[in-house]
Amino acid sequence: MLLAVHLAAALVAPALVGRLGRRAFALLSLVPAAGAAWALAQTARVRAGDGPVELVAWVPSLHLELAFRLDTLSWLMTVVVGGVGALVLVYCSGYFTSSASGLGRFAGVFLAFAGSMLGLVTADDLLLVFVFWELTTVTSYLLIGHYADRKASRRAAMQAIVITTAGGLAMLVGLVILGEQAGTYRLSEVVADPPPAGPGLTAAIACLLLGAVTKSALVPVHFWLPAAMAAPTPVSAYLHAAAMVKAGVYLVARFAPAFASDPLWRWTVGVLGSGALLLGGWRALRQHDLKLVLAFGTVSQLGLLVLLVGLGTQATALAGVALLGAHAMFKASLFLVTGAVDAATGTRDLRRLSGVGRRLPWTALAGGLATASMIGLPPFAGYVAKEAGLEALLHLGQGWAGPVLLVVVAAGSALTVAYGLRFWWGAFATKPVVAEGTPAGDPPAGRATGAAPADVSTPSLTLLWPALVLAVLGLAAALLPSLGEDLLAPYAATLPAGEPGHLVLWAGLTPALGVTALVLATGVALFWWRGPFEVLQRRVSRGPDADAVYRRSMRRLDDLAADVTALTQRGSLPVYLGLVLLVFVGGTGTALVAGTSLPERVRPWDTPAQLAFGAAAVVAAVLVVRARRRLKAVVLLGVSGYAVAGLFLLHGAPDLALTQVLVETVTLVVFVLVLRRLPPYFSDRPLVATRWVRLLIGVATGLVVAGVALVAPSARVHAPVSEPFAEEAYEFGGGKNVVNVTLVDIRAWDTVGEISVLLVAATGVASLVFLRRRSGQIFRADEAPADRAVWGGAPDPMAALRRSDARPAQAPGAPARPEWLRAVRTLAPQRRSVIFEVVVRLLFHTMVLYALFLLFSGHNAPGGGFAAGLVVGTALVVRYLAGGRYELGEAAPVQPGALLGLGLFLSAGVGLGAMAAGGTVLQSWILETRLPLLGDVKLVTSLLFDVGVFLVVVGLVLDVLRSLGAELDRRAESGEDEVGDGSSAVGAIGSFPGAAADDGDDDTSPRGSTEGTGTPDPDVDARRHAGSHAQVARPDRGEPVASGEEVRP
Amino acid sequence: MIDMSPNVVLVVVVGVLVACGVYLLLERSLTRVLVGTVLLGNAVNLLVLVAGGAAGRPPITGLRPEGVTSDPLPQAMVLTAIVITLALTAFLLAMAYRSWQLHRHDEVQDDVEDRRIARLAAIDERAFTDTDTEAGGRTLAEEAAETHDETERGQP
Repeated sequence: MLLAVHLAAALVAPALVGRLGRRAFALLSLVPAAGAAWALAQTARVRAGDGPVELVAWVPSLHLELAFRLDTLSWLMTVVVGGVGALVLVYCSGYFTSSASGLGRFAGVFLAFAGSMLGLVTADDLLLVFVFWELTTVTSYLLIGHYADRKASRRAAMQAIVITTAGGLAMLVGLVILGEQAGTYRLSEVVADPPPAGPGLTAAIACLLLGAVTKSALVPVHFWLPAAMAAPTPVSAYLHAAAMVKAGVYLVARFAPAFASDPLWRWTVGVLGSGALLLGGWRALRQHDLKLVLAFGTVSQLGLLVLLVGLGTQATALAGVALLGAHAMFKASLFLVTGAVDAATGTRDLRRLSGVGRRLPWTALAGGLATASMIGLPPFAGYVAKEAGLEALLHLGQGWAGPVLLVVVAAGSALTVAYGLRFWWGAFATKPVVAEGTPAGDPPAGRATGAAPADVSTPSLTLLWPALVLAVLGLAAALLPSLGEDLLAPYAATLPAGEPGHLVLWAGLTPALGVTALVLATGVALFWWRGPFEVLQRRVSRGPDADAVYRRSMRRLDDLAADVTALTQRGSLPVYLGLVLLVFVGGTGTALVAGTSLPERVRPWDTPAQLAFGAAAVVAAVLVVRARRRLKAVVLLGVSGYAVAGLFLLHGAPDLALTQVLVETVTLVVFVLVLRRLPPYFSDRPLVATRWVRLLIGVATGLVVAGVALVAPSARVHAPVSEPFAEEAYEFGGGKNVVNVTLVDIRAWDTVGEISVLLVAATGVASLVFLRRRSGQIFRADEAPADRAVWGGAPDPMAALRRSDARPAQAPGAPARPEWLRAVRTLAPQRRSVIFEVVVRLLFHTMVLYALFLLFSGHNAPGGGFAAGLVVGTALVVRYLAGGRYELGEAAPVQPGALLGLGLFLSAGVGLGAMAAGGTVLQSWILETRLPLLGDVKLVTSLLFDVGVFLVVVGLVLDVLRSLGAELDRRAESGEDEVGDGSSAVGAIGSFPGAAADDGDDDTSPRGSTEGTGTPDPDVDARRHAGSHAQVARPDRGEPVASGEEVRP
Repeated sequence: MIDMSPNVVLVVVVGVLVACGVYLLLERSLTRVLVGTVLLGNAVNLLVLVAGGAAGRPPITGLRPEGVTSDPLPQAMVLTAIVITLALTAFLLAMAYRSWQLHRHDEVQDDVEDRRIARLAAIDERAFTDTDTEAGGRTLAEEAAETHDETERGQP
């Protein structure tokens, strides 16, 4: 619920900030405050071990549940996340100027982060943990890169997300291994009952720790945290002190009860924690920027935290979580103080700050209290926690590890004291600017500005009190150590090993107190002799810079990517296709040879006629390959296609044969329409060598596919799904033609997808031709210009032979003789053919009628929407060929887009209609009535679906004709395309497309058949096929089928 | 039950059509590529039919004489494939026309950008700048000194 509130708040935040300005931050702070308040209200239940649990199934198949659970550790984190979040938001309302850029986005992302963090610490599902983990990564990326116009900001954000995402992905692997090994993805169950040790568990632990290390910026990936200081200071205070970087600590603390006894876990935690502790402290002492001092200090403290919570004894765990709370308070407070100082003076360079403490006493007080807590002065929370930690380490008792770690922690704490003092002194003390801490070689920022201390102005109170509250809380918590112990002990008790520890303010004169005293003294000494110490630091070889290593490896990665790209992306289509095919040959061929055996018996053929059609298809295909002329290749392609149609028919697939014949016809016409524009010959072949390679690939692929064809039929082990189709088709689909019912009913969804493809392709064709419009104007006969005839571009060699009264324009007085077709007068006279016109006149309506017959009978006999649409398309083609583009406009005065849209709407709409009527989508309804006059009328709703298919196919053909036919004609006549060198056979432009099918290699001029009768007209051919096929398919009826043959004059 | 032994004639036809189609597909002329695609399409349609078993009566209920019908499912699949091939052909032809309009030929050229990347990689030059990987440059402290939030200066 709270998460939803966070999400909603994140969504409205930009609007709110836009309206209220920066004051909106104060309002928004109520959201995380509510989170903290809720957790505090649950305190009693959590202490009793009865924290609230929430469970909502999300993706059951992934075992992904929205499981949330509030136990002691979650409670602590929730309070920290909510409390600090609320205070930082309040602080924001005074920190940014009202004119600051991107505040709305900032507020939204900030709240989204707070919500993700809350989800992360309360999630009780391993995968859910990962989801929130990555959400914090993404939101943190956006917050670090808040100043997107700054290079440093962008780079820091990129660095942070690369590193933390890498760790996050590793963590996902670890979580999945863990979940699979444990058999449950419930976090609490995994921890309570960890899977047995083994290589799997070790891998899981390694991956989990990788995630924690990257998130909490331990060595060797600590460098992203200081770089992330490019973020606005409130972000640093929240994400990089209190919340996000603690996620890694949280993860370690969460799994420590289960895995702390694992050697890999102990070594990783020990070494990396110690490393971060020391390195962070060491580097912090060299910084001059207050935020960088704190950032490296945070790295150091995070190392200590991971070390303490990861060691796995009850005492260290208690100290660890206590320090976790204390650190959140003092570090956030210190960042807020830094922000206030920055806002007041305009600089964070401690060499330029002087006398700030006197001008801002309360800010200095807050900073002082927080610093005291950080360096572990009594009586502050930091002291209590650190004291408990030292005490626990003293009694660790694990061979030499205990003393070594004690020394490391003591050294790290001494460094903490030193950089803590350095921070407070740098920020507030009165000192000579360009202090002694600036040896030669460092960029002397102070000197450059004339060594004047920065001006100090008084910032608003809003910048003070959140920091002060946090600092004072650090003091208050320490004064009631037993309360803290009460609250946190339940977590520590979940650890199996060690004695329970205690949080006390004064434990008497123990060895731990001695260590603390020693640490304080060393720290003060380090601070006192900071000048010599800095010189020493400079002399000590720094070793490899982690940041430089990171950049170098990223550079290598880029180089590798470029090399791989250069290797694989050759940019050549034949090479790509060749590679794909070779992989196919290699993979499928190997599987064929290794995994299958030849079928036991083969049939030479089903009927001998297959041999004839097969030979025709093969011979035509080989000739296509050898053809040098485009037109020859295309015509031979058509021959091959018709032969394949014959094979379909012999196979017992009349629907396929019908469709194939029609498609081949339309394809041929479309090809010819475009080939008018292309050079008549293919360009010169490439090198002979590559030709052999292509031949080799072709033959190899052919052999493999043939092999597949050989073994595929006998590879079947189950009964075909189509066995009951015949009955289903009749009972549910109400049709006898199983193929058609399959298309419009059983597999109707597929068909909807397929006609969508047609629609897209048709739109694509039109767009490629018209470029800026969906389609051109519809050419109507009465709008045709009188001065320019269609297809009249070429000279007319036979004009002298033509009778003058053939041109109606030359006989204005006489009544115009009726023409066979409406728009033929728009044609150039030499392009007209009376015979063709008469034939078309007779054919067109017959064809449309036949198409309707196919459409309506398709449910029970061969036919259907696809075939009917193609027949109408062919009829349109014939009209266009006979009468030009104006004739096409007269034949189909509609925009193809309307047809396509209406068709798809009908098809899909039928499905929705069935759903509205209470059935499933695309279910058919059979309406059966017996009308006395018409006999039995059986109307199946899927007929409407077929009508939709029909319209889409008609739209496709019309679109192609109007763009590749009519529009290309228009351009050729107006000369729009003619910018080239004329290599495109200008003579062919405007030539009669159908006549050009009269192909011969010696026939270089398509004008040879000017009076084009369209003799080898493929359309008539198509009619013949269709007609004969229809008779084959319907032998029992014997009714004459209207087709081209019967009506031909 | 449909006879599931393969038909040698159809297998040979499929093999030859695929070989021819692939050979043309590897050409540079878009028209040839397209012709190859159509040949390949025909071959694959036949392959699907062959995989469905032997020939039979058309799958139409109530047709006489009765006998084993051919498998209707591959037929339904192939039918739509045929029509989609038509759409594909039209689209590729429109592209060929466009290519002619722009370049006066229909050859598929190499991708210039890919070649550039390959050339630069060969001489170990960078094809783009990536600030994340620039070595050296400015230090953390220098960058921090210039980074300031848009804050309000308080009253002096």
